[in-house]
Amino acid sequence: MATITTSPTQQRAIEMNVLARKQRSLWQDALWRLRRNKAAMLGLAIIALAALMAIFAPWIAPYDPTVNDTAHNNMDPVFVGGQFTNPKFFLGSDELGRDILSRLIWSSRISIVVGLVPTSLVFVIGASLGMLAAFYGGWIDNLLMRFTDIIYAFPDLLFLVIIMATLRNSPVGDIMGGLLLMFVALAIVSWVGLARLVRGQVLSLKEKEFVEAARAIGVPTRRIMARHLFPNALAPVIVALAFSIPGAMLAEATLSFIGIGIKPPTATWGVMINEGFVVFSQSPWPTLLPAFCISIVMLAFTFVGDGLRDALDPRMKN
Amino acid sequence: MLQYTIRRLILIVPTMFFVALITFTLAHMAPGSPFDKNENRPMSQETIDRINRTFGLDKPIPEQFVIFLGDAVRLDFGTSFTQRDRSVNEIIGQGLPVTAQLGVQALLLSLAISLPLGVVSALKQNSAIDYGSLFFATVGYTIPSFVIGIVSIFLFAVWLRWLPIIGWGDLRHMVLPTVILSLGPAAVLTRITRASMLEAIRQDYVRTARSKGLREQVVVVTHVMKNAMIPVATIVGPVTAGLITGSFIIERLFSIPGIGRLYITSIEARDYPVIMATTLLYAFFIMVANITVDLVYGVLDPRIKLAK
Repeated sequence: MATITTSPTQQRAIEMNVLARKQRSLWQDALWRLRRNKAAMLGLAIIALAALMAIFAPWIAPYDPTVNDTAHNNMDPVFVGGQFTNPKFFLGSDELGRDILSRLIWSSRISIVVGLVPTSLVFVIGASLGMLAAFYGGWIDNLLMRFTDIIYAFPDLLFLVIIMATLRNSPVGDIMGGLLLMFVALAIVSWVGLARLVRGQVLSLKEKEFVEAARAIGVPTRRIMARHLFPNALAPVIVALAFSIPGAMLAEATLSFIGIGIKPPTATWGVMINEGFVVFSQSPWPTLLPAFCISIVMLAFTFVGDGLRDALDPRMKN
Repeated sequence: MLQYTIRRLILIVPTMFFVALITFTLAHMAPGSPFDKNENRPMSQETIDRINRTFGLDKPIPEQFVIFLGDAVRLDFGTSFTQRDRSVNEIIGQGLPVTAQLGVQALLLSLAISLPLGVVSALKQNSAIDYGSLFFATVGYTIPSFVIGIVSIFLFAVWLRWLPIIGWGDLRHMVLPTVILSLGPAAVLTRITRASMLEAIRQDYVRTARSKGLREQVVVVTHVMKNAMIPVATIVGPVTAGLITGSFIIERLFSIPGIGRLYITSIEARDYPVIMATTLLYAFFIMVANITVDLVYGVLDPRIKLAK
């Protein structure tokens, strides 16, 4: 049988035609677009790697990240060469002789957790309150809007700095080395933005015909919210959450860098930069290596966030 | 318009009240007193009581808050707890010009970088310049400013020894902090400028302008850019807020004696009067910036209705 040769463009057209014939939901469509986005896929791969590192930290880290070895402190990474290296410490050691590689690996745990937990809290609180405010209006809506006015007058970091700095030495601040306080602080700062977003979405959606139709055939309010309004408002919410994860990670790193975040000796990239900066002019590696890690992870999340936005709302793309 | 302006200005008052209330509550919720730091030489109870009386800390907290409000209305924020011979206003008056200078320089620099970059990359969409500026925008937006700060200190101050590491005073001290503080805003502004230029280029009135034979330059400057700048103007409000929080980190990193560094040290030292005054100053500044932007927006784009 003679094969028909097709150019790549024709091939694409054929594939698209085939794909177009099958009925695809918005989500399948978005997934298909996301898969074709190379930067987003690279970002996802990096995030997956970081997540694996975080999950298996106790097994892959060569040493305990908090054990000091003052006899071998301030070692350079092996690849730098010179007399101040030690094959025991592949990426060198910090001023207390702790293994930097192990600390970097354990830090990914904190970063992932700090990214995910507050974002989940923000999603639950923000989405439900935003939806309630939009659907019922009245005093709930007014209260929410006045509250957002106040929160918006506070820059996020200003608020975080106040909460962390004042409550870090209280009993609450001691739970899980300051992690719990960090979760709460981040959730308080961020839920308002999401609530406002959901409110806007629902306000415009609830005037649409399909909601009217649902109401006309007697669908109960709660079911309209859960089955009609929520899924339709979800796309921009997902994008917002995708950006909220790296936002939370950055906030943790920044606060820990200023010295009011997670408490030492817990290793986080921000804590490592803060401690490394003290000996920066003698040995830059304890500072540069965590700085590199956080930058890579932040870039990965930005790629994925941008990819999700383009995939879920193709009209936004230029 | 006037009604809207007045309404917005009046709303500053309750917002400031709540900002003060939240900050005050949080600051006083922290355990311990500002004066029991020295563990080697603990003060006697009488001394602590006397100090607390002097600063009014022996009164119930709600009463302290009312007293604070009364003084704050007259812009009297009392004396600092850590530098007891100086009033808060004096301390802030010393740091504010430094922070303001840093902030204004960074804002101007970020506009000088982002506007041309955004305009050119939109006009030459998908060219090398476009990809370059998108790369810059992504990196500048994503990489934390303290990381960029640390890397550039390493490059220019430690390794090449071109610039001093820390301090404030002559021009050489200002280069790194200003550039680094401007990168984040510049990245955001570049993205917005590019996106809103691309949007404007596709409008019908641009096609009309071209088809009636206007020179390309005139089309770009008077039709495209004029309209594309409206969304850019609105983002200046959030950018100002970003500059303020950015200055906390930059001032800390480079040991610049501005109010950003003062703010963080005062929180660590539990210097309530300084905390309250700086927080209120920041909040006031951000609210005024936001209101100004909304008003400018209304003037630039007559289609926007400000009444609601």
